[in-house]
Amino acid sequence: MDSANNSDGDVPPGGGRPPGGAPPGGPPVRAVITLVVNGTEHRIGVDTRASLLDVLREDLGLTGSKKGCDHGQCGACTILLDGRRANGCLALAVAHDGARITTVEGLADGDRLSPLQEAFIEYDAFQCGYCTPGQLCSATAVLDEAAAGWPSAVTPDITAATPMLDAAEIRERMSGNLCRCGAYVNIVAALRDTAERAERQSAADAARATSAASDARSEAIGHAQGVGRR
Amino acid sequence: MRPFVYERAGTADDALALHDGDARYLGGGTNLVDLMRLGVELPGRLVDVAHLPLDRIETGGDGGLVIGATVRNSDLAADPSVRASHPVLAEAVLAGASGQIRNLATVGGNLLQRTRCPYFQNAGKPCNKRAPGSGCPAYEGEHHNLAILGHSTACVATHPSDMAVALAALDARVRVRRRSGGERPVPLGDFYRLPGDDPSRDTTLEPGDLVTAVEVPPVGMPSRYRKVRERASFAFALVSVAAALDVADGEVRDCRIALGGVAHMPWRARRAEEVLRGLPANEESYIRAAEAELELAEPLRDNAYKVPLATNLIARTLSELGSGERAGGDGRAPGPSDGGLS
Ligand SMILES: Cc1cc2nc3c(=O)[nH]c(=O)nc-3n(C[C@H](O)[C@H](O)[C@H](O)COP(=O)(O)OP(=O)(O)OC[C@H]3O[C@@H](n4cnc5c(N)ncnc54)[C@H](O)[C@@H]3O)c2cc1C
Ligand code: SF4
Ligand code: FES
Ligand code: FES
Repeated sequence: MDSANNSDGDVPPGGGRPPGGAPPGGPPVRAVITLVVNGTEHRIGVDTRASLLDVLREDLGLTGSKKGCDHGQCGACTILLDGRRANGCLALAVAHDGARITTVEGLADGDRLSPLQEAFIEYDAFQCGYCTPGQLCSATAVLDEAAAGWPSAVTPDITAATPMLDAAEIRERMSGNLCRCGAYVNIVAALRDTAERAERQSAADAARATSAASDARSEAIGHAQGVGRR
Repeated sequence: MRPFVYERAGTADDALALHDGDARYLGGGTNLVDLMRLGVELPGRLVDVAHLPLDRIETGGDGGLVIGATVRNSDLAADPSVRASHPVLAEAVLAGASGQIRNLATVGGNLLQRTRCPYFQNAGKPCNKRAPGSGCPAYEGEHHNLAILGHSTACVATHPSDMAVALAALDARVRVRRRSGGERPVPLGDFYRLPGDDPSRDTTLEPGDLVTAVEVPPVGMPSRYRKVRERASFAFALVSVAAALDVADGEVRDCRIALGGVAHMPWRARRAEEVLRGLPANEESYIRAAEAELELAEPLRDNAYKVPLATNLIARTLSELGSGERAGGDGRAPGPSDGGLS
């Protein structure tokens, strides 16, 4: 076992993580970065080794995002990074200088919860709640990704313009978020209900547009039916 | 984690100039940061290449693609022209990792991600890949998900990338900017290497060489990617296959087959391809071709299951391509419980 370590003078016994002493390779390196988090700009000094997750939690006091594994495997740290979901634990803060971040604390509009947050409550989509901030941020992005026409590994026809968010699609798209309490069934139901409401809304919008423009009547009904069918 | 200096490169030339011997390029960091945290990678400097202006996907007049090295995995898989012209590539990317990881991961980083061999990832263990000369505990130890083809007694690791398997089937070339000067396209089969007696190198790149793009020629036939893993999603492949098949008058005119999860590099199944060309396009031919390839396998104590798994997966995928049907008939990705595969 030791031969692996001895061959590289930089690796202390026990796997390269010094047990509290001075790290190998010199003193910590610091950098000053700017982050816009939930609409507020912060200018902060960080260790180059710090992840976005650690900066959010330790430096900005935003403890909604959780650390489950610190290896990209559980999704508890999921945030929206420049509008896209990402694992805060794998993203180095210094590499995202200037980024716009939304955490679970920023999903609601003041006291008004987002439709997904409402649905999580309505469907009992959590038990202990530890994975929930990551689930909510991830699910928020899943709705956006589907609306943008992104396919998934279970999309029957990946050339189709808009995938339908059925239960199988939701399970696949949410597979980067683990829940130790096993609240999956209700998480899927909450997401499905939110997606269906959004679809009904856009169908209704399309129908209103139809009656407004009598010329294009038949064409627009065709579109509304197309949306409804999903 | 060892402290490191962070530099953000604005151009490819900057990146090369900023790379000293102690540096690593940083893409999305989804593999590198993890390995640094594990004490497996110990760079004194990170040169961030994720912001280089290499984030475009160009579609050529001939139907080929040039994919920039900093294109995010999610953007590659969502690109409408990639989905239409090279479905096997989009499917392979979508079969890998999770939505949040694909948003961070770059094409360059995906190609150069390191093996998931458990001993390689544990800095307290011997491993010829991480600490040359220290031995390969996987050979006699935990290797149920390691190589059955092209391995050596020095290393039985597999390459974990799904995307690279599709690129192997597609005859892709990796554009590399050399530290020693010049930029040239390297065929994927010469980019990766087998372990031999030097498993410390995954690829033929020299330290500081920068991947700038991947060139993908047109396919011209239906193609697809199938992956079998230990759970239905968010897991590395036990075995995967990227295949393309051209059938005319009931006969196989042309085909491409590459395997993932079986070797130190994406495994182009040239022997299966040779056997298959000219045979009637039916199940029997597909099995015969797959078996011809898997005759080359030298399974370890605990991974012989991959031989029939790979054989059946090749045959099933070719059958689907030949008949125009989708996975399992219901369009769902195959899981381990998918009948007939194992
Ligand atoms: C939990 C988990 C599950 C995963 N599951 C899968 C899976 O099922 N299938 C799969 O295929 N992958 C999977 N992955 C791996 C993932 O796809 C890779 O981590 C990712 O593609 C790496 O890209 P990156 O940009 O983040 O690379 P980084 O981590 O930034 O870099 C990886 C390596 O590439 C080098 N590098 C980066 N860019 C360049 C360049 N332009 N030129 C030269 N060198 C460069 C870096 O120096 C480093 O050595 C998984 C990862 C995690 C954490
Ligand atoms: S298989 Fe390769 S990576 Fe794994 S322990 Fe052996 S030498 Fe290391
Ligand atoms: S803490 Fe980031 S994925 Fe688990
Ligand atoms: S609700 Fe407890 S981990 Fe998901």
